[in-house]
Amino acid sequence: MLIITCIKQVPDTTQVKIDAVTGTLIREGVPSIINPFDAHALEESLRLKDEYGFKVVAISMGPPSAEMTLRRALALGADDVILLSDRAFGGADTLATSMLLSEAIKRLSVHEEIAMVICGKQTIDGDTAQVGPGIATRLKYTQLTSVDRIENIDIQSRRITVRCKFEGRYEILESSLPAMIAVLREINRPRYPTVPMRMMSQEAVIKTWDNKIMRLNENTVGLKGSATAVKRIFSPDRAMGQILGGDEISNPDDAARMLIDKLVSKNLLSLQ
Amino acid sequence: MSAQIPFFTTLFAVAAVFFLWSCYLRFSLVLLGKPDDRFSNFSRRFANMLLYAFGQKRVVTRSYPFGLNHSVFFWCFLILLIANTEFLLHGLFPGYISLSHLPEGLYFALALVFDIVSFVALLAVVIALSRRWFYPPEYIDARSVDAFVILGLVATLMLAFFGMHGSEIALGSEGAAAFMPVSNFVGSFILAGAPVNMLVAMVTVFFWIHAVTLLLFLDYLPYSKHMHILTAIPNCFFRSIEKINTQLPEEFKKGNSYGVGQVDQFRWKDLFDSMSCTECGRCSDNCPATLTGKALNPRLLIHDIKMNLLHNGKLLKSGRAPDLPLIGGLKEGSIADDVLWACTTCGACMEVCPVFIEHVPKIVYMRRHQVEMKAKFPEELLTLFDNMENRSNPWGIIPAERGRWTSETVAPLFEKDKTEFLFFVGCAGAFDTRNKRNTLAITRILDKGGVSWGALGKDEQCCGDSLRRLGNEFVFAQMAKQNVKAFKDMGVRKVITQCPHCYNTLKNDYRQFGGELEVLHYTELALQLVESGKLAFKNKAELGKVVFHDSCYLGRYNSIYKTPRELIELATGHSPLEMERAFERSFCCGAGGGRMWMEESAGNRVNLERVKEALKRQPDTICVCCPYCVTMMEDGLMDLKVSDQVKVLELSEIIETALK
Repeated sequence: MLIITCIKQVPDTTQVKIDAVTGTLIREGVPSIINPFDAHALEESLRLKDEYGFKVVAISMGPPSAEMTLRRALALGADDVILLSDRAFGGADTLATSMLLSEAIKRLSVHEEIAMVICGKQTIDGDTAQVGPGIATRLKYTQLTSVDRIENIDIQSRRITVRCKFEGRYEILESSLPAMIAVLREINRPRYPTVPMRMMSQEAVIKTWDNKIMRLNENTVGLKGSATAVKRIFSPDRAMGQILGGDEISNPDDAARMLIDKLVSKNLLSLQ
Repeated sequence: MSAQIPFFTTLFAVAAVFFLWSCYLRFSLVLLGKPDDRFSNFSRRFANMLLYAFGQKRVVTRSYPFGLNHSVFFWCFLILLIANTEFLLHGLFPGYISLSHLPEGLYFALALVFDIVSFVALLAVVIALSRRWFYPPEYIDARSVDAFVILGLVATLMLAFFGMHGSEIALGSEGAAAFMPVSNFVGSFILAGAPVNMLVAMVTVFFWIHAVTLLLFLDYLPYSKHMHILTAIPNCFFRSIEKINTQLPEEFKKGNSYGVGQVDQFRWKDLFDSMSCTECGRCSDNCPATLTGKALNPRLLIHDIKMNLLHNGKLLKSGRAPDLPLIGGLKEGSIADDVLWACTTCGACMEVCPVFIEHVPKIVYMRRHQVEMKAKFPEELLTLFDNMENRSNPWGIIPAERGRWTSETVAPLFEKDKTEFLFFVGCAGAFDTRNKRNTLAITRILDKGGVSWGALGKDEQCCGDSLRRLGNEFVFAQMAKQNVKAFKDMGVRKVITQCPHCYNTLKNDYRQFGGELEVLHYTELALQLVESGKLAFKNKAELGKVVFHDSCYLGRYNSIYKTPRELIELATGHSPLEMERAFERSFCCGAGGGRMWMEESAGNRVNLERVKEALKRQPDTICVCCPYCVTMMEDGLMDLKVSDQVKVLELSEIIETALK
């Protein structure tokens, strides 16, 4: 049985700045990383592989350079990786992205039964948290979101129990398989690749599926298949920060006291 | 005695074969190790061997007065080796070989020497026994059976020597009697008046006691820590002749295994080291991890390697898999994970080891196995590794921030073919608010001295020191190659560093990656500037009593001890106060070897130990020469709640004050 894990290569957003004039992201020279949430999704898939013997396939939609992310997945222990890459796929919003990913998952399900699709809760560049649920809807899988622990899997009866973390409460949910699981970062601590696995992953040929293979109507993928468009990106104006005390205070106790006074005076903190 | 010859010959033959067989078994295990070039530079090696093995330079030190007793043993042993060889040969061929066949003058001289040396050896045994019995030092297993067996055997040998010669003198059959004061005393006073047939019997009895003890001693050697009698001298010959014992690079090739996870993955010299250990305990007596209650004890680490080799040797020789794990087991001969991660790589163990055992590289090679083959390491290192790989600094701060030292100051950039020195700021100097103060102080020193310098700003990458010491050689090698290439592309030939870890890495480690740089620590350059008259101290920095803390990577790793002290004297008008442990025996701040990025939950904190030692000198200022030391010492003062009374200053800050 397969676990499909969806990962995305994202710019290291803490290093991204917005061009004040054109209002676009300055991505030049900004290193790409694996979306941190997806790193946890991959880790969870690998842990389930270690425990239950699933086969893990990592898929990613993106430009050819996104294969770096998939090599990382291989180095960490994914059994197979697929890069969905074609000019026609570019500029996709969450609708078009989930459409393409679910079509790819359908292709994979022809050969082997799929137990679950595991995604990160959201990406750090788009922050929508829509792609996972989008995939679930298209594939008619149960969607289990904000999962911070997988409690149990019963392969025989195809059931899964998870714990979801919501504001102020946990929910324990049980569902049939296949299911789409969107995980939080608390779910695990990602592993580190060994050197032999890294070297294997660097030499691996990354399987790429373009639209010649996918054969999808070009109006349903990429920019053309997107229902939304970015009109403008801007940083909201923020008041200047203030340094309290500065070099005058060397004692942490005094610094803490000063900060507390300040917060109390602004009604941000109450002392009881 | 002639009737005894066949019996003696048989006994000798059995003992000799057993000894040689034992040696073969042990030394063939050493050959299980991987190749290591330890033969080049013969003359330097030979000189080392004379100085350290025959001169016992590291055995006899101020801190180890009993080392003198050992050197007495050593020299007695060498001299008596001649006497005992004669004894054995005489026993085998009594009619042909005997000292008495030598010219009279030589015979008498040797008789005198052997007699006195035997007595001195006996005294040394008494001293050693008394010490072990009445004042056992804490750092060794002083009352081990092994120690008493050997001391007992040595004492028996000497007593038998005097018994035999004394009896012969009493019988009047010893020609050199007048030249054997101790034996003569035994023969003329103690045995005076003893019946002749008793004396004749005593000669025989003592001969046999001497013979059997000598052969027992020989056969026991390979099975005890006294194996070092055979291995210590060659181990001094095979020592790493580079002062800086960094780690060797890995060859990253498909199918290779990395680091040491199995005893035969060590190099042969590492295995020879384990056989050379005398268990004297100097290493653990100086180890910051051992002394603060961590799992690591370098003496036991070497012992465990030896035990592992002895246990698995047979299996490995026949090509089978070992059944006692080298890392992770709990039994003797297996090294627990937390032992490996406790090392600060400060090198104190290697600095004091009388036989030049190389502890730190072994620990790093085993860490490599854990990181590179198993991906098993303390979890706080995961963040460090990711930060290093993604952002080339340990904190994971955005690289664009690297060149921004303050809100007003940006690093001036190094210009190809124009700037003379690259100022390699280092991660701490570029990102850590406290340590940026040193960076700025250094820039002012450079400017005042009229130095042509520039930095790489946001393009500077971490040197990778912590990664290498933590065993993440794969990522370190990538960073080292990138840096070496960047230096070449930029035309960088001369580098000034602030951090001793950058200094050591750029200067020593990068040579393995083709980096040929002239690397100066800023203190070296500052002193040069003073000496050439380009930098003058106009004022004296009024800092009260200043105590100096040696940084391991400047001191032990690169032998820079005097330079910072001279600068302190120039800047303050006084030479600094010294701690109990200073210079080569300095005690680590606790941050080296990647420990800076790890939790310290076991035992006491190393930095507190060091700060308390500094406070014993009642200083007003603790002067350090490394950004890690700044952090560790300041944290220590804060923990002890004395940070408002005692200040930590980086040497650059002191110099800057005196330049104003």
